[in-house]
Amino acid sequence: MGSTSADSHGDEGVGRRDLIKRSAALGLAAVPATGFLSACASGGGDDSSDKSTKGTTSKDNPFGAAKGSKLDVVIFKGGYGDDYAKAWEADFQKKLGITSTHTGTQEITGKLQPRFNAGNPPDIVDDSGAQQIKPDVLYKNGQLLDLAEVLDAPAIDDPSKKVRDLIIPGTLDAGLQEGKIVALNYIYTVWGLWYSGKLFKEKGWEEPKTWDDFLAVCQDAKKQGIGGLAHQGKYPYYINVAIMDLIAKKGGLDAMKAIDNLDPKAFVGSDAAQAGVEAIYEVVEKGLLMPGTNGLTHTESQTRWNQYKAAFITCGSWLENEQLKQTPADFDMKFMPMPLLPGSALPFEAIRAGSGEPFIIPAKAKNLPGAKEFMRHMLSKEWSTTFAKEANSLTILKDGVDPSVKLRPGTQSTVEASKAAGGNTFRYLYTEWYSEMGAAIEAASNELMAKRIQPKEWLKRAQAAVDKQAKDPASKKNHRD
Amino acid sequence: MHKGQYRFVAGFLFAPVALYLIFVIWPYIQTIGYSLTDWKGQSQTFKFIGLDNYKALFHDDVFMQAIWHNILFLIFIPVITILLALFFAFMLNAGGRSKAGGVRGVAGSQLYKVVYFFPQVLSLAIVAVLFNAVYRSDGGGLLNGILIKLGLVDAENPVEWLNEPNLVLWMLVIAVVWHGVGFYLVLFSAAMQSIPKDIYEAALIDGAGRNQSFFRITLPLLWDTVQTAWVYLGIVAMDMFVLVSSMTQNMGAYGGGPDHHSDVMSTVMMRNFQYFGKSGYACAMGVVMLLLTLVLSVVMLRATRRDRVEF
Repeated sequence: MGSTSADSHGDEGVGRRDLIKRSAALGLAAVPATGFLSACASGGGDDSSDKSTKGTTSKDNPFGAAKGSKLDVVIFKGGYGDDYAKAWEADFQKKLGITSTHTGTQEITGKLQPRFNAGNPPDIVDDSGAQQIKPDVLYKNGQLLDLAEVLDAPAIDDPSKKVRDLIIPGTLDAGLQEGKIVALNYIYTVWGLWYSGKLFKEKGWEEPKTWDDFLAVCQDAKKQGIGGLAHQGKYPYYINVAIMDLIAKKGGLDAMKAIDNLDPKAFVGSDAAQAGVEAIYEVVEKGLLMPGTNGLTHTESQTRWNQYKAAFITCGSWLENEQLKQTPADFDMKFMPMPLLPGSALPFEAIRAGSGEPFIIPAKAKNLPGAKEFMRHMLSKEWSTTFAKEANSLTILKDGVDPSVKLRPGTQSTVEASKAAGGNTFRYLYTEWYSEMGAAIEAASNELMAKRIQPKEWLKRAQAAVDKQAKDPASKKNHRD
Repeated sequence: MHKGQYRFVAGFLFAPVALYLIFVIWPYIQTIGYSLTDWKGQSQTFKFIGLDNYKALFHDDVFMQAIWHNILFLIFIPVITILLALFFAFMLNAGGRSKAGGVRGVAGSQLYKVVYFFPQVLSLAIVAVLFNAVYRSDGGGLLNGILIKLGLVDAENPVEWLNEPNLVLWMLVIAVVWHGVGFYLVLFSAAMQSIPKDIYEAALIDGAGRNQSFFRITLPLLWDTVQTAWVYLGIVAMDMFVLVSSMTQNMGAYGGGPDHHSDVMSTVMMRNFQYFGKSGYACAMGVVMLLLTLVLSVVMLRATRRDRVEF
């Protein structure tokens, strides 16, 4: 039992942790001073780990996770909740005899920055949400474990294969830092339009494949006193998803890369960009937006849509879980790709897809073998299915959900849409690379939706944001082919 | 003082002064230091770049616009709040009809005093939630709901109160005034009650009406209190972070919309600090805010200085 050697450090460990908590609380009182404080606090880590946490390695236990050891798990408790992690931890205890201390929180930075600085980080972290510690920063500070060892270990479901071979291609890229994968972006997300299967059946509407059909559904909805398109207007991020998806599908991957690579003709002079923004503006001009949607928050807007006040809404696949309580039982939530503009380069089935929710293992974790084993289990069909059931979303594991599990209708429809899309997926990166440029385009989109500017002006403003970003020497480091 | 007393006093002062130095003065100095660097906020690696941040600041349209918004708030929030509070306080204390001579407030003034104070009990975050419900941009909003019922607003085109460039600042002013007026009413009431009643009665006998007794007696004798209120409200107007960031359209983060028409210095600073990762630049904004606040408080205290009336 690892507990014997843990005892010798026990008292000291608790004392240190309490001390750090208190100093963290003090640190909050003077945010600008944290740099100074953390500079003082750094380098205080002791490496008294391993002995108690290192068990014997075997084929089933490639990292030698020790029975009876403890695992410190910190989960971002946001749109996906943290019930899935509790279920994992219970299973981990049952299978490996490793008990977990569970922390579900939204304050990742507040809780963990002092622990990282003091060399006393948790063992595994879901580093997500508005208050995440940016993975590139942690990496530069030498705080992240290179996950290659986990990804090259034998997979739980098929020990003849490596873990990385069972993952949807391309989804590991989001965790790359200088060629190493240091974060496991676990959740598979798709973006597009959503509608109620029930409402569509009632009204006799078909899922529109072209933009004209989409407008026709919106027109018909309006005649019956229902809004056409709803969007989460207070956060123009969402309507930008729709505009950018239309641009990518119309102009193909080149149009998308032009924007990510800060091309001087990314917007002004790009036919695809013009067609995309004019299409969205048509919705505004014809009065097909849900009334008032421009000023609503995401929850207000999505709830109105759940109340059948709008035919469509634009969102990513976290929508179903976020709206669980507001969704009527017979709502029959459905996902669909953005409809096609005439002469589009990509097919209707093409969707924006990618991975999110980075899980990291701190390099200075006390129980590294346990953490690696935990992550290996996350990439098993059983745990991936648990996640799909508890959080109503897909993971990056290929066919990661047991067919016997009945998924919620929205999640089920994203499974089908992903299958139909096949290799036809795309993903903008400017949102990850250039937050300032993204915010400037969002501001322009907000004006467009309120009819205060026209598509021409929007293109000019978006191009200006791109040009401004291109002047920043730091932007030379990012390029995609 | 006796020998040893200095040591005794110094012993008491040591802890608070040390705390003040460490947690107030030292961060100020650090902020000034960081404002001369290209610090990105999450690590301790940065370069010294001199005054570049400050130069960029004066070409930053968004920040310049934000300063202007703060100045507008600085004029309108104190003026409106103080005038309203003075009016209400006067009505509650000396505005009633006198029956047997003497000075009294309007009927039910005790109740009003309590009711007016209610908003002050709420935290600003709750005020934001409340006014978000009032200003909501569809028929579910209180204002829109009423206007639609009255037929003044088309249900298809509700007013997006916080998404109108010309309205948004006023909508915020209304929320702040609503929140603050009760407190200043109580403050002014207390000051008014310390004015001896015989002054009013003497004025009454001489035939002064309500207006005259307000402008000739109440206001001059309240001037100290009004000055205090002005300083407090000035602080509110220079901040506004909570309401702007939680009520207005998002410009990436921390509200400020539509199109930066409601951005204030603090929201622009936080957006640059956290969301854009331009922390050194944001520190320069912080230093400018500090300087502006210092200048304004000096000006305000000078401008409102009057001779004190003893009574």
